[in-house]
Amino acid sequence: MSMVRLTIDGSEVEVPEGTTILKAAEKAGIHIPTLCYHKRLPPLESCNICIVEIEGEKEPVNSCAAPVSEGLVVTTDSKALHEQRTVNLKKILKHHPLDCPVCDQAGECELQDIVYELGIEDVPYEPRKVKRDDTYSTTLIRYWADRCILCGRCVAACRDLKQIGALSIEGEDENARIVVDPDKCKSCGECLMVCPTGALTENLSRYKGRPWLVKKVWTTCSYCGCGCQFQLNVLDNRVIGITTDVDTGVNQGSLCDKGRFGYEYIGDESRLKKPLIKENGAFREASWEEALDTVAEKFKALIEQHGPDSIAGLTSAKCTNEENFLFQKFMRAVIGTNNVDHCARL
Amino acid sequence: MTNPIGDVLKTEVILAIGTDTTGNHPIIANYIMEAVHQKGVKLLVIDPRHIELVDHADLWLRHNPGTDVALINGLMHIIIKENLQDQAYIDERVEGFDELKSCVEKYTPEYVSSITGVPEEKLYDAARLYGKANVAAILYTMGITQHTTGTDNVKSCANLSMLCGNVGKVGGGVNPLRGQNNVQGACDMGGLPNVFPGYQAVTVDDVRKKFADAWGVEGFPSTPGLTITEMFDAAESGKVKAIYVMGENPAMSDPDKLHIEHCIESVDFFVVQDIFLTETAQLADVVLPATCFAEKDGTVSNTERKVQRVRKAVEPPGEAREDTWIISEISRRMGYTMPASTPEKIMEEINLLTPSYKGITYKRIEKGGISWPCPDEDHPGTPVLHVGKFARGKGLFFAIDYIPPAEEVDDDYPFLLSTGRVPQHFHTGTMTRRGTGLNRLCPEPIAQINPEDAKKLDISEGDYIEITSRRGSIKVKTWLTERSQLGMVFMPFHFHEAPANILTHSIVDPVAKIPEFKVSAVKINKAA
Repeated sequence: MSMVRLTIDGSEVEVPEGTTILKAAEKAGIHIPTLCYHKRLPPLESCNICIVEIEGEKEPVNSCAAPVSEGLVVTTDSKALHEQRTVNLKKILKHHPLDCPVCDQAGECELQDIVYELGIEDVPYEPRKVKRDDTYSTTLIRYWADRCILCGRCVAACRDLKQIGALSIEGEDENARIVVDPDKCKSCGECLMVCPTGALTENLSRYKGRPWLVKKVWTTCSYCGCGCQFQLNVLDNRVIGITTDVDTGVNQGSLCDKGRFGYEYIGDESRLKKPLIKENGAFREASWEEALDTVAEKFKALIEQHGPDSIAGLTSAKCTNEENFLFQKFMRAVIGTNNVDHCARL
Repeated sequence: MTNPIGDVLKTEVILAIGTDTTGNHPIIANYIMEAVHQKGVKLLVIDPRHIELVDHADLWLRHNPGTDVALINGLMHIIIKENLQDQAYIDERVEGFDELKSCVEKYTPEYVSSITGVPEEKLYDAARLYGKANVAAILYTMGITQHTTGTDNVKSCANLSMLCGNVGKVGGGVNPLRGQNNVQGACDMGGLPNVFPGYQAVTVDDVRKKFADAWGVEGFPSTPGLTITEMFDAAESGKVKAIYVMGENPAMSDPDKLHIEHCIESVDFFVVQDIFLTETAQLADVVLPATCFAEKDGTVSNTERKVQRVRKAVEPPGEAREDTWIISEISRRMGYTMPASTPEKIMEEINLLTPSYKGITYKRIEKGGISWPCPDEDHPGTPVLHVGKFARGKGLFFAIDYIPPAEEVDDDYPFLLSTGRVPQHFHTGTMTRRGTGLNRLCPEPIAQINPEDAKKLDISEGDYIEITSRRGSIKVKTWLTERSQLGMVFMPFHFHEAPANILTHSIVDPVAKIPEFKVSAVKINKAA
């Protein structure tokens, strides 16, 4: 692949042909403000925030889409650019209700971040003349039509990442909105992952928590063998949601519906909370002492009477390596049998 | 998997056989979509069901369930006849080519077509698509393995891959997509009757001595123990008196459910350690409340053999305790003290005793996982297996003949039943059927049957049907869909209200002991 040399803010950069100016700047450690741009999606060019000046060109260009060329001289920050970005952002903000105090996304909202970054202080809000209807919502995802800035990320994610194409933008100007084809939508939540505002929120957890109050813990998903990485969002010892990061794990921010919405079981009321012992066909609660003594005594008696191979154990594809190691060690070293297996075949 | 997931972006052809990837491994399906729609990779799907991947495929072979060996032999027949095999690779790296060649000789397109139901020209197209690629990846799951010929099916996939020089190559390989978050690790850690951790065989004297010395015991039995399916039969015959289950739900997941329940009821003592009172736990004498993944530290190994961290985020409910604590406490009461106390300490013991995990420490995987084999702390891990040479030295072709499924349709049971998962639920439903979220998306079991079959049986969309096999009968709602071919019905096994495993049979593959969930003979009636 042939390399191209260009100058960005006075620094010389060399990148492969076909690279966008935005990515070339990133390589040079130069930050260009963006909004609709998303690493995993094609350039959407709906916000015009990432504009840059090119020497010899009259109009600024969107750096997320413009490819580099040999000898290009690029400026990413100037008074004119800042003013133009502000104008472009205000155009978006004009119809975006500043209901941040009640919005789930507040604190991790990319729109908030860019408004803060560009230092916009006064934003006269003009409600749309035509009230949008909240057509796009599934049983697990809520669409707040007024908050939607029509960046197009969700449409692109559904179409390009999932190849489902359940979402589209319908209507024009004041009435433009995202609509869903309910026959196609699977509620996978890929749209939730990419939404830069609070226009799409998870409609599942009965508990809410501000992002800055929530503890986030990186872990590995408990379902299939992909090994997706995500953060458990914890408030008051309860998992209230799952978040991901585009740069972490094989999933690159994506999750399936099980991974994204299947966390309720963790705090489910029907979790086992005490050891149980069956007596006359019915369970009664027992102390750990009693339960563990019962198990150990019974195992010892069976080994004595019938030998270690009279006991068999099933370890688990849902348990950790450490637990599996210890379980088979217990069966082999303590019971004295190789009768240990798990459900790999099922 | 011999190769990492991302390798599907670096290949020319993806052969997806017996994997409903969009439903069962949606994140791997994302990679397939990117490969096909953005990188121009060709997709060849081989599956009896019209799964979603078919809509993105360049070529789809819809074969009769259970005829995989015949089909793959047929593809190899054409590849060899047209000289598309990688002869240099075979000569250098693989043994048994002549035996393979003479075995597949009789699998002519005409013969294979008669067994599989796939038209001859499609066999040619598929053989040429796979055979002409410079590199091609095979992906498979339980559609390949859950047959009485599961081992043969897997070996056939390996034959095809080696024939075209695709093993040990970036973008190639034979890649089983694992269905549980740590099924790879449970195998790696010796959760199998024939091996200690790291697949060190219990039959080898030196291996037993090494573990006996490390664990301070006199010795171990030198013969493999019982597999899961054998355990239950041994319980019924009285040979096994007690079963200790940690985090499994065989009363829902194992074939011939009524038989399994009977076996469990036959044992003197049944202990279940779990997070819910599952169908299996309900049959227990003692139930021990354990922690779920959000309540503990540890590691799990994904389908790419990548060892990654699990981290504690919340405290367990009530008196529920970590599995490691429970095992250690039972052990102590039986007179053996487990020395290691924390998960990290246990990993240190794993490092000492498991060569493939030797270099994988908590410190190293803090920021991201490492794929085994990882023989020392400076080793970067091994994303692609068998590069340069096979783990056993030379690769080995297996000459394998086609054997029909154990149960075939007849006049009494004229339909083929295949079981599997739906995207919204997981395995026996223990986790995904709690709460409301996923149940809003998929509240109940639905059997998928072909509209033409439905017409003959006077069944309309949404009608309840009774599905009956030689083992039992269940009542379930219908979805009329071309996804099921004529004469076939598909059912998920997540639902206790209509457990598909009442219908399945327990005849297993003679080597892997895996049940044939993909082929049971059933009859269908409109429910009264």
